[in-house]
Amino acid sequence: MVVVEGSYAVAHSVKVCKPHVVSAYPITPQTHIVEDLSQFVADNEMSCEYLNVESEFSAISALIGASAAGARTYSSTTSQGLALMHEALFNASGMRLPVVMTVVNRALSAPINIWNDQQDSISQRDTGWIQLYAEDVQESADMTPQLYKIAEDEEILLPAMSCMDGFILSHVYEPVILLEQSLTDEFLSPFSPEFVLDPENPMSFGAFADPSTYTEFRYKQEKAMGAALAKIEEVANEFNEVYGRYYGGLIDSYLLDDAEIVIMAMGSVIGTIKDTIDMLRKEGGSIGLLKIRSFRPFPVEAVRSALKNAKIVITLDKNISIGKNEGALCTEVKACLYNTNLRIPVIGFMLGHGGRDIPISTIVKIINKAKLVEKGIFVESEFADLREELI
Amino acid sequence: MIEIRIHGRGGQGSVTAAELLAVAAFEDGKYSQAFPAFGVERRGAPVTAFVRLDDKPIRLRSQIYEPDYVIVQDATLVDVVDVARGAKPEGIILINTEKNADNFKLETKARVKTLDATKLAMDFVGKPIVNTTLIGAFAGVSGLINPESIKSAVMERFPGKVGENNAKAIQAAYDLMEAER
Repeated sequence: MVVVEGSYAVAHSVKVCKPHVVSAYPITPQTHIVEDLSQFVADNEMSCEYLNVESEFSAISALIGASAAGARTYSSTTSQGLALMHEALFNASGMRLPVVMTVVNRALSAPINIWNDQQDSISQRDTGWIQLYAEDVQESADMTPQLYKIAEDEEILLPAMSCMDGFILSHVYEPVILLEQSLTDEFLSPFSPEFVLDPENPMSFGAFADPSTYTEFRYKQEKAMGAALAKIEEVANEFNEVYGRYYGGLIDSYLLDDAEIVIMAMGSVIGTIKDTIDMLRKEGGSIGLLKIRSFRPFPVEAVRSALKNAKIVITLDKNISIGKNEGALCTEVKACLYNTNLRIPVIGFMLGHGGRDIPISTIVKIINKAKLVEKGIFVESEFADLREELI
Repeated sequence: MIEIRIHGRGGQGSVTAAELLAVAAFEDGKYSQAFPAFGVERRGAPVTAFVRLDDKPIRLRSQIYEPDYVIVQDATLVDVVDVARGAKPEGIILINTEKNADNFKLETKARVKTLDATKLAMDFVGKPIVNTTLIGAFAGVSGLINPESIKSAVMERFPGKVGENNAKAIQAAYDLMEAER
């Protein structure tokens, strides 16, 4: 293990996956990930086509072309940069191109804010990209080869985002194992798609589809996402066999089996929740954690099964669907429980917007608020960390 | 778990100090975590960085509100930042200054210790960059990290003569503060 910055650990994991083309736009908001990658290329530590393009829209567009030509491709972006990619994200998924991208989660403007929340990737929910959320730096780094293996599988062929919380994970220094080249070569086969852009054998990608065929393209994307559910679990297990590390596949849990109150969340807040649970369990609290690792595809069956003994479910969201007064995870969890016999109160809390810190005291406050449901006081969903004096 | 808060000004290397502490502590067999209080950094503006040390992997990701140790790189910050905020009663606040601790009337039960790190840095490094000297002083006052681990982390980060000179300043600061432990 070595103590390195989170961004460096991720850049290193990209290097050992040997992408052919890396494309990025180096302006704020960016991260050290692409800075470190460009350094690797300049130092001849990494052999790839590094495209320093003129915008995030160009960054993703270049990767779409490269991926269609059979290249393994990578980019990293964050907040406004991801928003600018929005239109082309649909092209990558619609053309079934397994582009892998690290999204360093940060808030969107206005007002201008550079800090962490997950509104950026959550806002790309319906673009047809796989989305996994990492809990710590090691998981963020380890997600890169996992996602290539999932995305490039011929049954899947979908682009994928590895989401890591901006600053909290991208700028932290902590001990990590940098991915070994030999193990990565063993784990990850070269990308060899059946269909590629080739002047000797011309074909079209993303060509015109009228109403007689368009629906079936969407259907097949959905089927591929469905297949990804099993593939994500399978690849997490294969990763464990090769590297000896496991973070859950679609979901993970902590002291869940006997828990009456279950907290659900995604990303770096998981660690703080675990410490809170340990603290409250010493006082006799029956609290457990259900970590959502895969937000797309959403693991409906796994969540139903994990919640079957829960009495109260709390969801934490670092995002908001304005006009619904709840975060995306809250909506998903409610929806996946509706057509079952499980009638558990699901209480949504939105927090950590624009980098607002999430101390243990905030998690404790949330749990106490949710417990009021036992006394018949039900809060559907609310902001957990509002500064009332500013409203 | 030991929690440390570092106060400095943009350009003084507070984040580097936090990083080097984390590297040294890990070399010493502890788990560590270092991160800045993320801001829009500007040279001269107050900057905060955090370090956690523990015997087991560190999961907590919040900022540090009740530090065991506070390191103040620039005594002028005491007038503009509440450097003692939340410091544990049994904690230590280490201030870089040529003054005695009695000169600082901080609202805290934590002990205030002072060290003229600027002079040590000038003597050994030739520049008033005090971040490495202060982490040497921290090792001395806390007894938590072997000074050799601090020196090796610094020399790896700043190879050659620069690193060697910093190592001398670190040892001098360590010796001074160890005597006060």
